[in-house]
Amino acid sequence: MNRRILLAAASALSLIAAPALAQSLAIINAHILSQGPAGEIALGTVLIKDGKITGLGANLAVPNGTRVIDAAGQIVTPGLILPSSNLGVSEVDQVEETRDDGAGDRMGAAFDVQYGVNADSALIPLARLGGVTRAVITPVLGRGGEEAHKDDGSDDFSGSAQDGKASLFAGQIAAASLASGSRSPVFKAKIGMALDLGEAGADYAGGSRGAAFVLLKSALDDARHYAKNRKGFDAGASRPYPYSREDMEALVPVAEGRVPLLVRVHKASDILQVLKLAQEQKLKLILDGAEEGWRVADAIAKAGVPVLVDAQADLPGSFETLGARMENAGRLNAAGVVVAIMGSRDYTNLRQGRFNAGTAVSYGLPYSVALASVTINPAKIWGLADKIGSLEPGKDADLVIWSGDPLEVTSYATAVIIQGQDQPMTSRSLELAKRYRPDADKDYPPAYR
Amino acid sequence: MLKTLRLTALLAGLATAGLLSACATASTTASSEPSAKALPLGSDGGVDAKTEPAPFASTYKPLPSQLTAIVGAHILTATGEEIESGTLVMDDGKIVALGKAVAAPKGAKIINAKGLWLTPGIIDSHSHLGVYASPGVQAHSDGNEATDPNTANVWAEHSVWPQDPGFNRARAGGVTTMQILPGSANLFGGRSVTLKNVPSITTQGMKFPDAPYGLKMACGENPKRVYGHKGRAPSTRMGNVAGYRSAWIAAASYKRKWEDYRAKIAKGEEADPPERDLTNDTLSGVLAGEILVQNHCYRADEMATMIDISKEFGFRISMFHHSSEAYKIADLLAREDICYATWADWAGFKLESYDGIAENAAIGQRKGACVVIHSDDPIMAQHLNQEAAIAMAAGNRLGLGITRAEAISWITANPAKAMGIGNRTGSLGIGKNADLVLWSGDPFSVYSTANQVFIDGAKVYDRNDPRFQAQSDFELGQPGEEVHP
Repeated sequence: MNRRILLAAASALSLIAAPALAQSLAIINAHILSQGPAGEIALGTVLIKDGKITGLGANLAVPNGTRVIDAAGQIVTPGLILPSSNLGVSEVDQVEETRDDGAGDRMGAAFDVQYGVNADSALIPLARLGGVTRAVITPVLGRGGEEAHKDDGSDDFSGSAQDGKASLFAGQIAAASLASGSRSPVFKAKIGMALDLGEAGADYAGGSRGAAFVLLKSALDDARHYAKNRKGFDAGASRPYPYSREDMEALVPVAEGRVPLLVRVHKASDILQVLKLAQEQKLKLILDGAEEGWRVADAIAKAGVPVLVDAQADLPGSFETLGARMENAGRLNAAGVVVAIMGSRDYTNLRQGRFNAGTAVSYGLPYSVALASVTINPAKIWGLADKIGSLEPGKDADLVIWSGDPLEVTSYATAVIIQGQDQPMTSRSLELAKRYRPDADKDYPPAYR
Repeated sequence: MLKTLRLTALLAGLATAGLLSACATASTTASSEPSAKALPLGSDGGVDAKTEPAPFASTYKPLPSQLTAIVGAHILTATGEEIESGTLVMDDGKIVALGKAVAAPKGAKIINAKGLWLTPGIIDSHSHLGVYASPGVQAHSDGNEATDPNTANVWAEHSVWPQDPGFNRARAGGVTTMQILPGSANLFGGRSVTLKNVPSITTQGMKFPDAPYGLKMACGENPKRVYGHKGRAPSTRMGNVAGYRSAWIAAASYKRKWEDYRAKIAKGEEADPPERDLTNDTLSGVLAGEILVQNHCYRADEMATMIDISKEFGFRISMFHHSSEAYKIADLLAREDICYATWADWAGFKLESYDGIAENAAIGQRKGACVVIHSDDPIMAQHLNQEAAIAMAAGNRLGLGITRAEAISWITANPAKAMGIGNRTGSLGIGKNADLVLWSGDPFSVYSTANQVFIDGAKVYDRNDPRFQAQSDFELGQPGEEVHP
């Protein structure tokens, strides 16, 4: 029992000490994979002051009074960025009360995921231990749950995505920091609008793609019309819109091409339709999924549209993914498409993003691009690259020290720093593991450990 | 149309008259034909499961193989051995020599495996390939007979669609043997079937000869949710337990009746056979130790309850599946010699999996338990080596010092043991089936891929040779054909 008290005291001390550590910090003897103009530095230093990177290079002097972390030759990368996740808005998939990643049937485009982000989610420290420092949070249609584990029957027996049919649009996207103790994890809200097309979108439109695309075009037209006629609308002198005022407000910046539209779409013919529509309507587009993207990679590249890829998706899981192949990321990249790689949205599988990037390497994606696809590429795609995504002077000091190759399944983060702050290297999972480790004290039940 | 109907009627008439019996009993050589031994026509079929030939018998025949030596491979035997540069010789489907100083026999085909790694074929002990086939449309939803909490009467093999493209994808990931299970909606989901991962037109052509059947059972949230929603029992965990116990009481009574009957017949006495029922055929098979219990169960407390039920009725649980909290009772599971299958850290998708941790497998390994990493997912099935690697690394981060030689058994020897086929496959040793994967490198690396896969000594997959990349009928002429999966 004494040991326990001592440990508790020690961790209390470190908590008190934490803010004082912030000011200036140097990571020395680091193998830096910067993802920025500095490229790879075999052995170098990263200088940090007030949460920002102030310098990096092979022969940097460390100013006096700087706290030093010796990376001992380990690889240092920018913090990883989840390009599309439900982190902080969904705790336990099948416990509905913990889900804030979908609007249900109350609203569509207006749904704003930022308000549900829970900085105390137990999944945030878990993702952080996997080297993730930022997450883009994308809402899903209905109340979500489509990714639920099949054997657990949810596909067969519970409602989920089809509960509500309010809108094609899933809602507004936010970006959050995973920094421990943050009271405002969302650092940028309304960074995009999520939309499901393909089978899911068709379902919401009444059953077919022909309806979904017409409804989508009409909604965008209405939004532009509304933007010019707000006064008329308020006075009751406007043509009728199928969507509410708040939905229309949310659609205006998308329809005007100022905010990107994230489209979840899968088969080649749908991708081509979406590209055409985006060109006609001058939309800013991001594709999510795009399992058959490689088959129309030239068209995607020509349109300058980036793609979020699940690099393990290679099954004809539906009639819109018959051409799913593990080569997707590699071929898209070869055609000139900017690719970000995501893991499954499925909870602890959040760690899967970097491993998927590693898997993609065996299917034609160059290693350097694979690492970029979980760091600088998602930052670029979401318009966040001025602050995060690479190790560059002036950017936020989000970085990870790794036990080995960051894309390797046997590697793990040994230190995670967000905006210059050391992050606690623990999680609820790790606490459970420590409580039940084989050499744990057995005099009392585990609850006392 | 009329013609067809008439012909059908005529054929049916012939069959009942016994005129087609020659066809039914003639030896079937085509491996695509079911060859269950038929009873003589006119005899009284379906009376006693014990005295009749097993239905739906395996028609599996190994693909062609030749005397082959794999030379210079880094070998993980899954018996605890790691040979940094060794040779394996296979002949007639079996491993005939293995070791550091083994010479390739004369006339053997030589595979130069320098720089490559060799392991037993991957065994996925929790698969729904074929029963939840791709594409995952309603027409393919054949995994849960969710119409009664006890469907021990159904057999997964009757739902398997052998053309599921997922079989080919899993083979490309090194999977040579799978246990196909019914889903977990029911307390008793039905019989599992063990398949060899070979392309076949029929399920019988994939069945692992003489592999014991499994019985899928499920704890916890699923049965109570599914039936609670239907307004019937079980709607609680205590309802689940009452459901198991009632079924075992009925099964024990059924078993006794049949034993009495068989004893009388053996003594030459007259006796009327009890009425057969498929549910109790399966459950009494468990009580007789012939069918292995494969129990979906997440929580530690529920696993302990299931162990008590097994003791109350005198059967053994072969393996807990998913078992997110197994690490909390790893001592108990080791003592009871019950394997547990889990993922690395797929957890938290439902409340009973909330305490799942990446260290689950490693803690059990150090406590002497039989640990298995399973997929329960057609994507993860292709990457079970990665999943094992993640679990190994998590254990090592905790300081448990798990070696590759240990962790490889989580996806090979241990699942083979839990499925009752460990004496034939799952490890590399003389006389074992030559079910092998030759990896491009360390199988615990994200960058490694299965270069060649062998089942019973026959090459069934080659990453660099399209001639050995089987493709489902379903995928012919479909988008993406030009990039062979």
